[in-house]
Amino acid sequence: MSDSTATRANVYDVRPKTEVPAESPLAWSYHTSGRPSVSQKSRVVLRERAMAGHMILRGGAIVLDEAVRGVLGFGLPARPNTLSLSDDGARSIQWLSPDEWLVIVPGGEEFTLERQLREALGDAHYAIVNVSGGQTLLELEGDKARELLMKSTPYDVHPDAFPVGKGVTTVFAKANLILRRPTETRWELVLRRSFADYCYRWLLDAGAEYAIGVEK
Amino acid sequence: MFHIYCPYCEELREEEEFHPKGEAHIVRPKDPEACTDEEWGDYLFFRDNPRGIHHELWVHAVGCRKFFNVTRNTVTYEILETYKIGERPTVTAEHLAGGDKQGNVQVASGGQQTVGASGAAVASVKGERA
Repeated sequence: MSDSTATRANVYDVRPKTEVPAESPLAWSYHTSGRPSVSQKSRVVLRERAMAGHMILRGGAIVLDEAVRGVLGFGLPARPNTLSLSDDGARSIQWLSPDEWLVIVPGGEEFTLERQLREALGDAHYAIVNVSGGQTLLELEGDKARELLMKSTPYDVHPDAFPVGKGVTTVFAKANLILRRPTETRWELVLRRSFADYCYRWLLDAGAEYAIGVEK
Repeated sequence: MFHIYCPYCEELREEEEFHPKGEAHIVRPKDPEACTDEEWGDYLFFRDNPRGIHHELWVHAVGCRKFFNVTRNTVTYEILETYKIGERPTVTAEHLAGGDKQGNVQVASGGQQTVGASGAAVASVKGERA
């Protein structure tokens, strides 16, 4: 094929140049369900990392790994259901399926990253989709965070079964989401926009007994 | 609830993450135009409903979203193995009817059908019963 994937893809910056008020998928939920403040009694703290850059990479592991290493400085996770992080922890790549990875970078970087990756990948057979608008990322911290998860998901979140660096797509309440554990104390939930309100309200309800607080 | 081993995720997951998608290993006729109506109808609509060993297509719907195959005993609901698309099953009705019982599976001698088993294997089982 003479037409490379890169030239046929419609790549454009979806972020407006001018200042337009942007809202996270949870804006409505904050408005209607409120944000319990973090207090001394809070044993679980919820924090949204809104407006991050989310991208789905699809293609062969070897080709993608090489390109990602060149651009981001770290490679794809080697095993199923694992996560690889940059040294500062701000960027991550997660295994979603044998030919699919989720890249999360600080908001605003995704457009440059996509262009760089397309350049690095050239004519390889791959797909990059910017899904930043479709999902959001929540962080759970606190000594009762694991108990909260145990009430919400059938997946085993015991440290033996869910070590640091693991990430899975699984059932959460009656929705599904991506659950991951980048550090010893922090859990991350990647929610679909359409499930965000439901999951947020579920978390507030399930976390009520641990005096869950939502950081701004 | 079952724990089902996903060959792509390489771990056991809850049953509610999966969906069954019917019989596996259905080969599309190479030249549909040359098929009789009966052959094409068989391919499109008719499925085996064996009592005993059944090879099925399942999808890890919440998870890696990949299709894979499951060998299941329709009597005991026991899942005997899961394997990737493109691979062949190691546990088959024929293999079990030949006397190799695996995982306490009751096979043909228990009055079950041996779909996929060769005539010789079925005869040997029936002979045992008579």
